[in-house]
Amino acid sequence: MPVSLKNEAAIAGIGQTAYTKHSGVSELALTCEAVSNCIDDAGIDPAEIDGLVTYTLDSSDEVEVARSVGLGDLTMYAKINYGGGAAVGLIQQAAMAVATGAAKNVVVYRGMNGRSGQRMGRGVSGDIISSDLIHWSWYMAYGMLTPVSWVTLIANKYMHEYGATSEDLAVVAMTQRQHALNNPAAAGYGKPMTLDDYMNSRLISEPLRLFDCCQETDGACALLITSTERARELKQKPAVIRAVTQASTQGQEQMTSFYRDDLLSLPEMELAARRVYEMSGLGPDDIDAACLYDAFTPEVIMQLESFGFCGRGEAKDFIKDGNLTLGGRLPNNTHGGLLSEAYIHGVNNIAEGVRLIRGQSCNQPQGVEHVLISSGVGVPTGAMILGSS
Amino acid sequence: MTKPSRIKPPLGHDNGWWWQQAAAGKLVIQRCSACQALRHPPRPMCGECRSMAWDFIESSGRGTVNSYTVLHHPQFPGYDYPLTIILVDLEEGTRLTSQLVDCDREDVSFGMAVEMFIQEDEDGFKIPVFRPAVKELN
Repeated sequence: MPVSLKNEAAIAGIGQTAYTKHSGVSELALTCEAVSNCIDDAGIDPAEIDGLVTYTLDSSDEVEVARSVGLGDLTMYAKINYGGGAAVGLIQQAAMAVATGAAKNVVVYRGMNGRSGQRMGRGVSGDIISSDLIHWSWYMAYGMLTPVSWVTLIANKYMHEYGATSEDLAVVAMTQRQHALNNPAAAGYGKPMTLDDYMNSRLISEPLRLFDCCQETDGACALLITSTERARELKQKPAVIRAVTQASTQGQEQMTSFYRDDLLSLPEMELAARRVYEMSGLGPDDIDAACLYDAFTPEVIMQLESFGFCGRGEAKDFIKDGNLTLGGRLPNNTHGGLLSEAYIHGVNNIAEGVRLIRGQSCNQPQGVEHVLISSGVGVPTGAMILGSS
Repeated sequence: MTKPSRIKPPLGHDNGWWWQQAAAGKLVIQRCSACQALRHPPRPMCGECRSMAWDFIESSGRGTVNSYTVLHHPQFPGYDYPLTIILVDLEEGTRLTSQLVDCDREDVSFGMAVEMFIQEDEDGFKIPVFRPAVKELN
């Protein structure tokens, strides 16, 4: 009989480091601190941790983390591909392990010196020895070396077709900055952003500006996934996984799916949406808050359509009505998100989703029953719905 | 001191041949030998019929701009900024990324007609780029 992941597992612990521009320590040290904080947050014995999941891009191998933190014997460890597209994929892997008994208590983590070490925004270069060099040979030779340059070819097309403007992108950037003003952990803490600030930020990849781009951060974030039953015995209110999925669709490339007929939507995110709504039995009307992946502002706008919060081309109007703010229809990235809190490849957005379920957000809306969280946009991705038990 | 040059494409079994054709002055498109489907970027197997036999056709080099972006920052050695990147719909039906040259920023638009030419960099590297299509007389 097929196992459904609905309500089988819960996120029972969250841990993070300070988010800075220069940690001065190794990525392994950051990861150990976040994992340790996560274990303490949950109130579980480190020896009970028997599974670990991280990103293929992460430099801290599972066994090094296990040895450093003093975890137990491991029966499941895995790495998930595609940068921020991995984010909720880690949770899916952990939930599958918990539901099948492959592991009982799984910690997932991402630790990176993303500002003082290797910066995503500085681009790629040199040889990439993998099957996707087929694509890189074009993007590198022509000077498309940064994530923003790949994302903007799709975003600019969308904006042109539906009449979305820089002022619309600014709504996303400014709303999340407003949220970050209440979050002492956030890069945007104490730094308000006006429309003038936004419009005066430097052009990066037209029409995107600096403030359309996420932070680059040194830091780590970790989460504990265990059975819903066990989570109820631990310290925190469980954030129950109602549904979780990965999603990649036909014509998918890592970040450059330019060759599909329709470039005005996010087919892989639409697949993720169908899957999580079907698995959970919920729909857009049931979602009270969201942490939509936000490496770049247009991604938030396009996802509102993927997840059915509005129709195609209508997202620019949806956000103008203040719907992403705390008093709006869908408070989004209430911690500031990747744009204004930190760029921990989306794991910090999942942590905020958990806080929203617990009632612990620095910007806690009333009556949050269900939170929608997504992985990286324009990449092989995924989505998850968390619910209160 | 020589001027820095663009990053050279990594060349493997599945893509190196395309750049060899470019070096010979041609913009080419991979074609399945079994079902004749065109594909770009190249792949070792046809996603339509799973044949691994392929050849290629030479493109006319004529197309339209499906989308574009103008890059300002960060700036890498070997490229001229602002750098206009385009996604071109070739008249043969495939799409590719390239660079638009000989065109002022304000003249770049969605749907504009463009034509390919082979640009030779100072270091002798040859790469297909596009410029606004010359309007045909008469």
